[in-house]
Amino acid sequence: MAAHLKKRVYEEFTKVVQQQHEDLSTKKLRLTKPSKSAALHVDLCKATSPADALQYLLQFARKPVEVESVEGVVRILLEHYYKENDASVRLKIASLLGLLSKTAGFSPDCIMDDAINTLQNEKSHQVLAQLLDTLLVIGTKLPDNPSVRMRLVEVACKHLTDSSHGVRNKCLQLIGCLGPVEKGVAKEAESQAARDVQKIIGDHFNDQDPRVRTAAIKAMLQLHERGLKLQQAIYSQACKLLADDYEQVRSAAVQLIWVLSQLYPESIVPIPSSNEEIRLVDDAFGKICHMVSDGSWVVRVQAAKLLGSMQQVSSHFLEQTLDKKLMSDLRRKRTAHERAKELYSSGEFSSGRKWGDDAPKEEIDTGAVNLIESGACGAFVHGLEDEMYEVRIAAVEALCMLAQSSPSFAEKCLDFLVDMFNDEIEEVRLQSIHTMRKISNNITLREDQLDTVLAVLEDSSRDIREALHELLCCTNVSTKEGIHLALVELLKNLTKYPTDRESIWKCLKFLGSRHPTLVLPLVPELLSTHPFFDTPEPDMDDPAYIAVLVLIFNAAKSCPTMPALFSDHTFRHYAYLRDSLSHLVPPLRLPGRKLVSSAVSPSITPHEDPSQQFLHQSLERVYNFQHLDPQGIQELLEFTIRDLQRLGELQSELAGMADFTATYLQCQLLLFKALQEKLWNVAAPLYLKQNALASAAAKQILEETYKMEFMYSGVESRQVVIIHHMRLQAKALQLIVTARTTRGVEPLFGMCEKFLQEVDSFQRCFISELPHMQGSFVDKLLDLMPRLVTSKPSEVVKILQTTLRQSTFLHLPLPEQLHRATANIIEPTGESDNPLRFTSGLVVALDVDATLEHVQDPQGTVKVQVLYPDGQAQLIHPKPADFRNPGPGRHRLITQVYLSHTAWTEPCQIEVRLLLAYNSNRSKASTRVPKSTWSESLEALPPPENGIEGTIPFSKPVKVYIMPKPARR
Amino acid sequence: MPEIKVTPLGAGQDVGRSCILVSIAGKNVMLDCGMHMGYNDDRRFPDFSYITQNGRLTDFLDCVIISHFHLDHCGALPYFSEMVGYDGPIYMTHPTKAICPILLEDYRKITVDKKGETNFFTSQMIKDCMKKVVAVHLHQTVQVDEELEIKAYYAGHVLGAAMFQIKVGCESVVYTGDYNMTPDRHLGAAWLDKCRPDLLISESTYATTIRDSKRCRERDFLKKVHETVERGGKVRKERKEVKMLKNEEKQIVINAERMNLKAPIYFSTGLTEKANHYYKLFITWTNQKIRKTFVQRNMFEFKHIKAFDRAFADNPGPMVVFATPGMLHAGQSLQIFRKWAGNEKNMVIMPGYCVQGTVGHKILSGQRKLEMEGRQILEVKLQVEHMPFN
Repeated sequence: MAAHLKKRVYEEFTKVVQQQHEDLSTKKLRLTKPSKSAALHVDLCKATSPADALQYLLQFARKPVEVESVEGVVRILLEHYYKENDASVRLKIASLLGLLSKTAGFSPDCIMDDAINTLQNEKSHQVLAQLLDTLLVIGTKLPDNPSVRMRLVEVACKHLTDSSHGVRNKCLQLIGCLGPVEKGVAKEAESQAARDVQKIIGDHFNDQDPRVRTAAIKAMLQLHERGLKLQQAIYSQACKLLADDYEQVRSAAVQLIWVLSQLYPESIVPIPSSNEEIRLVDDAFGKICHMVSDGSWVVRVQAAKLLGSMQQVSSHFLEQTLDKKLMSDLRRKRTAHERAKELYSSGEFSSGRKWGDDAPKEEIDTGAVNLIESGACGAFVHGLEDEMYEVRIAAVEALCMLAQSSPSFAEKCLDFLVDMFNDEIEEVRLQSIHTMRKISNNITLREDQLDTVLAVLEDSSRDIREALHELLCCTNVSTKEGIHLALVELLKNLTKYPTDRESIWKCLKFLGSRHPTLVLPLVPELLSTHPFFDTPEPDMDDPAYIAVLVLIFNAAKSCPTMPALFSDHTFRHYAYLRDSLSHLVPPLRLPGRKLVSSAVSPSITPHEDPSQQFLHQSLERVYNFQHLDPQGIQELLEFTIRDLQRLGELQSELAGMADFTATYLQCQLLLFKALQEKLWNVAAPLYLKQNALASAAAKQILEETYKMEFMYSGVESRQVVIIHHMRLQAKALQLIVTARTTRGVEPLFGMCEKFLQEVDSFQRCFISELPHMQGSFVDKLLDLMPRLVTSKPSEVVKILQTTLRQSTFLHLPLPEQLHRATANIIEPTGESDNPLRFTSGLVVALDVDATLEHVQDPQGTVKVQVLYPDGQAQLIHPKPADFRNPGPGRHRLITQVYLSHTAWTEPCQIEVRLLLAYNSNRSKASTRVPKSTWSESLEALPPPENGIEGTIPFSKPVKVYIMPKPARR
Repeated sequence: MPEIKVTPLGAGQDVGRSCILVSIAGKNVMLDCGMHMGYNDDRRFPDFSYITQNGRLTDFLDCVIISHFHLDHCGALPYFSEMVGYDGPIYMTHPTKAICPILLEDYRKITVDKKGETNFFTSQMIKDCMKKVVAVHLHQTVQVDEELEIKAYYAGHVLGAAMFQIKVGCESVVYTGDYNMTPDRHLGAAWLDKCRPDLLISESTYATTIRDSKRCRERDFLKKVHETVERGGKVRKERKEVKMLKNEEKQIVINAERMNLKAPIYFSTGLTEKANHYYKLFITWTNQKIRKTFVQRNMFEFKHIKAFDRAFADNPGPMVVFATPGMLHAGQSLQIFRKWAGNEKNMVIMPGYCVQGTVGHKILSGQRKLEMEGRQILEVKLQVEHMPFN
């Protein structure tokens, strides 16, 4: 009872402390408030010169001001503002006002009138601009007050006639940010303010100062962002701005034109210098295309980027972007046919390929050739040839987006994309390869294109080669020569860069399965079979031979006639490869043989998939084990775990799911075993062995739960609850074991306290999930909570023990998709017998190349561990730039690990492996809990375990042979 | 409105011998001072008597501006300044000033030492002429006198090529010289701000041509070379004047490295080395890529290139030779051409423009029989390709 009392006292005490603390802090605030503004007041009065005053203000600005004292400070500042003659001091005060109104929790409406008043008498333009900025801050702080906004806008309109560009700039910005967006509001307000903001801003499109013009366009864009529908009338104004002398104006104007083209794509606009009309989106497209050859590269990048998002543009305008030759005033021609005809009949332009074909055939009427605007013509040709690679990348991106939405355009831009594979900048090459991959379902490569594409396989950059392999995986090739060419080039690539092996095999797998009919005629040649003679059996371990076989077997899958062409050893090799490289070699129906595999027909939908069914059935069986005797349960669990593990190995797509459940069952089994021992009832100290087993089990369960929580992607909150629940059980087990082994109450007391806290936090975090957990450990525990809190540790332990044993086994609901994070170290291979020699004390760089799958945020979590033979372990954090993201869910780590050691007498192996770091604070559970509960628990709870940080090894260790030599002297 | 008077002393409706006289608000400026490749008599230089008939050149001209170092833009300079007599300032960019004397010397050697002409400018004259040159930076406004100011812009045609804005009071003229809007492997694109000149004098050799995209051209060229080499033929490639190690050559070399082209590649003059040197020296004049990577890797070192010796021309097997001058009018390129013209397996690729009267122009126009010096008739069997790079 004493302990009980003590605990209660302790609990209350903690609360009191917290409250006291709060009180203290608020008191402090109140105390400082008068002193702070007063001090400022005193300082400012003391200041003899403007420079002094400025110094005081600067010092003052460095310290934050509390919410309560803001108003007071503002009053004092304003007072000084009126007295002050020096503009720089007033400027500083004005900027301070703005800063102060930003203070969180302060409502600036009380100072607005004063701020507006100050504007009246101000002469300095800079101060005026600053004051308007302050008003802007005030306005944005009061989003729900239309009348205030109206007033501010009015004030801004008044100052629009100011002679300084800075003031006009700020006015426009203010109007843009605060101008009324809904028509209704504008009508309600007084007639003055009801003036159309768009009109006001539009008038400043022709301001003499380029900065003001830019600000006007930006304000317009701001209005658009806030939801105001811009008027179409602005379009013609904006078009004029495209020819502005200043790049920032042009840049903003391009943006505005784009916005308008998205708003009014189907409107009809007249073409100047002719009496015809076209759709606005087409016209805008032409204009933006024209900006791709702007003088400033910033504008060019912007224009090129925007082109990609204009998908409503008509196809004939789109296709012009790839052709420079239509340049002779395309605007007059009505249909594509007419234009095409004219193109062929005009003949005034030469391709330059043949000498002299531009010799004037007839006199060209100089009036007829019109070089007004190039429009959409050749925009991409220019963009892709631009001097700056930023523009080229933007152009490639835009090309990609447009091609994705228009198959015919994809077809046409192919040549250009292929040419980009030879760009001198690696990023551009990579980008164009990726682009090509994205549009690959729309295209078929011609042989000459394939030739250019394949030439890139010799690129020294690994990223490029692998991107290209990816591309080849999903391209369509038109001829059998093309396939042959691709194979030959890939094999060349293989000999030149043996590390690309996996990637090349994978590429050939898809190439084969996509083009069975094209591979068929090549088979005899590829297998070098001869109609009469037996040819020697190729070496089974030759990566090049395996590559060829992968291609053929995958083609044979959908081409039943192909196996007839195989020779005997091919079948043997098939059997071997089917076993050793099952992810690359599909099951085949071979004639005259029994089926090597129970060929799963691909048409079965995932729901009917027998393996999936099997998974669910076995789980079902496990969940119903309640009625079995302990022995039976244990066996059932063991068998199911084994089954699941095997299933995971066989079915790669189910691997995550199967492993996850197997791990869970494993935990359950461990817990079950630990609790099932008959020896629990005997006095504890006598059975050390038993205790060791149980505590080991508890420890292992903890580890496994961390794995379950952090190693799988796709885990939802339902699963997280179960995982946490399992962890809680393990902790309870730990507590029980400790209670039985240790003597004395003191350590136990703390542990109980901690455990109860955890139960509490569990309840808070997963309150919404509790109804699903009927009959579970935690459910029962929460029922007993009042009793537990008041019990002695020994009682707590007893209660825990019984609840643990009585609690039911929770079903683990499976999410839709579940993937286990895996890592595979490609390099170092660990096969080398030659030690890496280096001088001791110096550093050697070891290249590490690994693929990571289903790792979320690898930059933050993946570490490299190096284990030296002396047991020393180093943890290396790779740079964020070392991670590449070749596809969804996949990452690639290419980094260098620095090794160093003192001299060894002989070479020895070190181990390199990848670790997944986790931090239980950043647990997925906490991020998934709805916001409200989260913020509550954040405030209320001390983090449950103070963020246990740990690492999970998730790759096979690779051994590297190294030899630090003693330094020579 | 005061008038701007333009008098082309060369290059009007013609390629070569660029020399344009501009009178703007009382100032007289000469733009370029080039020679003509098609002639070997007096016609090869602009007719300066147009000016001298009224007095001395120095009195008449306020300044001379040279846009770039190609001989058709600067070839007549020593003749003009030393033999006709001009002592006023000559403006050109730094790279042009560095490379120009080398080319002039080369030109002098060919004309005087090989052809044995007399009454030609001497090495000393070239040196004296270069002393009158004032080097300018890009975008630097140079006040020639109180009223006349000039400003250079990047033209991207060759290393150091520039476009010039000439301004007197509120009137201005922009002279582009040769310029290039498509960046190549070495140089960036021409760029001009919105200077709103009253008159624009632009190069227009290819104005009636809309060329394929740069990459198409490159690909085409490489294909031709590779096909010929695979046939076992020899490729002779003319270099337009001394275009230094230019785009196409760079390309073929890169490709050789990549595609494992077995044939040897030769450069016919010792100028390659010098060219590389100047490219390294004037790295700020090159394009983005080279500027970005020159610290890590020297873009101008290739293991496949060898210097060409005359004896190599008879070697068996395929080879690629880059030779000058580009219009086949004299020098090494003509010699090699004569050796190889008889075999249909061989190919000659002509870059750029060929002036009327040169062998280059004749074969491009389809002439298959050429009359050489000494009344020899040379039958042309090899393939002729045209590749307008510049």
